[in-house]
Amino acid sequence: MSRTAAHEEGAAETLSLPRFVRSARVTGRWGDRLFRLLIRASALALLVIVLGLVVVMIMAALPSIRAFGWWFLFTSIWDPVAEHFGALPLIYGTIVSSVLALLIAVPLGIGAAVFLSEVAPPWIRPPISFLIELLAAVPSVVYGLWGIFVLAPWLRTQVQPALGATLGFLPLFQGPPYGVGMLAAGLILAIMVVPFIIAVSREVLLAVPDAQREAALALGATRWEVTRLAVLRYARSGLIGAILLGLGRALGETMAVTMVIGNRAEISASLFAPGYTMASMIANEFAEATSDLYLSALVEVGLLLFVVTVIVNALARLLVWSVGGAVKEVRE
Amino acid sequence: MKGVQVLSRLTVAAFAALLLIVGYDGGSVSAQTLMNGAGATFPYPIYSKWFDEYTRVDPSARFNYQSIGSGGGIRQITERTVDFGASDGPMTDEQLKKATGELFHIPTVLGAVVATYNLPGDPKLRFAPDLLADIFLGKITKWNDPRIAAANPGIGLPNQPIIVVHRSDGSGTTYIWVDYLSKVSKEWEQKVGRGTSVNWPVGLGGKGNEGVTGQVKSTPGAIGYVELAYAIKNNLPAPMVRNEAGKFVQPSIQSTTAAAAGAAKNMPSDFRVSLTNPPGDDAYPIASFTWLLVYKDQPDQVKGQALVKFLWWAIHDGQKYTSDLLYAPLPAQVAKHIEAKIGQITYQGKPLLAAR
Repeated sequence: MSRTAAHEEGAAETLSLPRFVRSARVTGRWGDRLFRLLIRASALALLVIVLGLVVVMIMAALPSIRAFGWWFLFTSIWDPVAEHFGALPLIYGTIVSSVLALLIAVPLGIGAAVFLSEVAPPWIRPPISFLIELLAAVPSVVYGLWGIFVLAPWLRTQVQPALGATLGFLPLFQGPPYGVGMLAAGLILAIMVVPFIIAVSREVLLAVPDAQREAALALGATRWEVTRLAVLRYARSGLIGAILLGLGRALGETMAVTMVIGNRAEISASLFAPGYTMASMIANEFAEATSDLYLSALVEVGLLLFVVTVIVNALARLLVWSVGGAVKEVRE
Repeated sequence: MKGVQVLSRLTVAAFAALLLIVGYDGGSVSAQTLMNGAGATFPYPIYSKWFDEYTRVDPSARFNYQSIGSGGGIRQITERTVDFGASDGPMTDEQLKKATGELFHIPTVLGAVVATYNLPGDPKLRFAPDLLADIFLGKITKWNDPRIAAANPGIGLPNQPIIVVHRSDGSGTTYIWVDYLSKVSKEWEQKVGRGTSVNWPVGLGGKGNEGVTGQVKSTPGAIGYVELAYAIKNNLPAPMVRNEAGKFVQPSIQSTTAAAAGAAKNMPSDFRVSLTNPPGDDAYPIASFTWLLVYKDQPDQVKGQALVKFLWWAIHDGQKYTSDLLYAPLPAQVAKHIEAKIGQITYQGKPLLAAR
C-alpha cells in the first residue's frame, strides 16, 4: 500500500517538474542577472571606497610627503609653530599602547571565554554575557572620563608608587607617577577591548564540536588537558581572529586614549611617561590646523595609521593562515 | 473610500494655505534670509544666544552656525562656502592674501584665560609674568622655588614638583595663553612661539577645558590654564597676575573689558590685534577678542544687508547678553571704531549700512 502511494507521488513529481523548471528558468534569467549585477556592484563599491580613501589621503598628504620625505617616519619633533613634523613618537605610542592592551586583555578575555564555554554552570552564563555586551556598548568618552577621574588618580597614588618601589630597577617603571600616561592608556584600551575578545572567543569555543572534548575525555584527559589540547588547539584560528578584532579597535581608538595618555609626542622607555597616538593627534589638532603644511602633515598621519592597520592585518592573516595550515597537518 | 476623500480634501487645503503664505511673503517685505557661518567654538554659546534673540529683532533673519574650530572657519570663509567665518585668532597676512576679496575682522566679545592650580590648602597665589613663562618652560620645577615665594610673601609653599598641564587639542585658548607668554618672555617667543597648538617644552596634555581641569584637580602640584568663564563656573582658583602697569589684577569680566579699553588708543584699523599684556592699571593681561570674519564687499545684497544689521545689533544691544554667559563685553571706545568698520561693508561699492 504505502509503496504504491510513494510511487504515485514520485510520478506526480516527475510530471510537474519540467513545467516548474521551465518557469523558473524564465524568471531566473533576469532575476539571476539582476542579482549578479547587484552583488557585483556592492563588492565593487567597497573597492572604490577604499581606493578613493587612499587616493584622497595621498593627494592631501603630498605637500607633507614632499617636505619631509622619509624623515616624517623617523623624526620625533612635532612643532606646529615652526612647521617641523615627525611622526615617530605617534607610531611608537600607537603600537606600544595597543600591544600593552593586548598583553592584558588576551589572557583575561580568553580565560573568561573558556570559563563561559567550558566550566561555568549554565545559569551563570546569561548574566555574565549580558554584562560583557553592556561593556562593549559603553561609549568611549565614558571610558575616558572614568580614566581621568578614577583610573589615573588610582594609578598615581597606589599602583605606580608600588610598581616603582618593587620593579623600579626596570626602565619600564621609572619616573614620576603622573597617573596619566602610557600605562593608563594601555589599561583603558585593555578594558575596552576585552568584551570584544570574550564575545567572539566564546562563540568560537562553543562551535568546537563536542566530539573533540569527548574524545579527549575518553583518553583520560583532565579538564585542563581537554581545554588545552582539544578545545583551544582546535579553535586557534578563530581565537586569533578575536584578538585581531580587539587589536583593530585598540589601534584606532581615539577619545578614551587621548583623555588618559598625556598627549606628549615623546618616546620614553617608561610606561609611566606620557605618550601620544596617531588617532589622538588627528582628533586633537585637526580642527584648528590653519596652515596647509600642518593640515597635510595631519593627513599623512592618517595615511600612516591606515598603512599600520593594513600591515597589522596582513601579518595577522599570515598568522591565521600558518596556524590553520598547522592544524590541518595535525589532523592528517 | 471616505478616508481617501478626506485626505485629498486636506491636501488641497494645505496646498492652498501654502500658496497663501508664499504669496503673502513674496508680496510684502521679504522671505527668510538664511546666513551660514562656521568657525570658533569658544564664542559658540554667546553666538547661539544672539542668533536666537535676534529673531525677535528681525524675524526674517535665520542663522546656521557650525562650531568647527577657528581653522575651519578661516578655511570656509576663504573659500566662500559660508557667509561669515569666526575665529579666536586673527588671520595672518598670508591667509588674508588667499581670500578672494578683502576680509574684515569684526570683534564681537572678549575672553580671558586664567592659570589654575592644585595645591594642598588652596593658597591664594599671585603670579608675575616671568614666573608663568618659566614654569611653562620647565625652568621652575618646584612649588617652593624662591621666585614663587618672593611673589607670594607669607604663604607656605610645599616642596612639591610642579606638573604642567596644557591643552592637547588645538584651541584659541592656547593661542591667547602662548601669545601672552611670548610677549612677557623672549625665551618663550624664540623657543616655542605662538599658535593654536605648540611644541610644549614640558607637561601633560588634557583634551579641552574639562580635560585640563580634570587633570589639574586630580593631580596635587599641577598647574594649567583654562578659559575664565570655565574657571568661574567650576569655582577653580584663578590667581592674580601682574600686568604691564605693575599691578596685580584679579581676572574678571570687568578686568577683561579693561584690557580692551587699555588697547583702544592704539587699536589698528583692521582690529587684528593681540590684547595680551595691554597698558592700563586695571587691565587683566591675558585677554583677547574673538572675531567674526566677513567680506568687505558682500556678494548678495539681501544677505549682506541682513548681516550688517545683525553685526550692528551684536556690538550694541547684543552686548547685554555677554555677562550672563561670562563673556566680557566690548568697551564703548572700541565699539565706536567697530561701528565705522561696519559702515564700510558694501554691496557693489555701495555701503550697506546707509541703506537701512
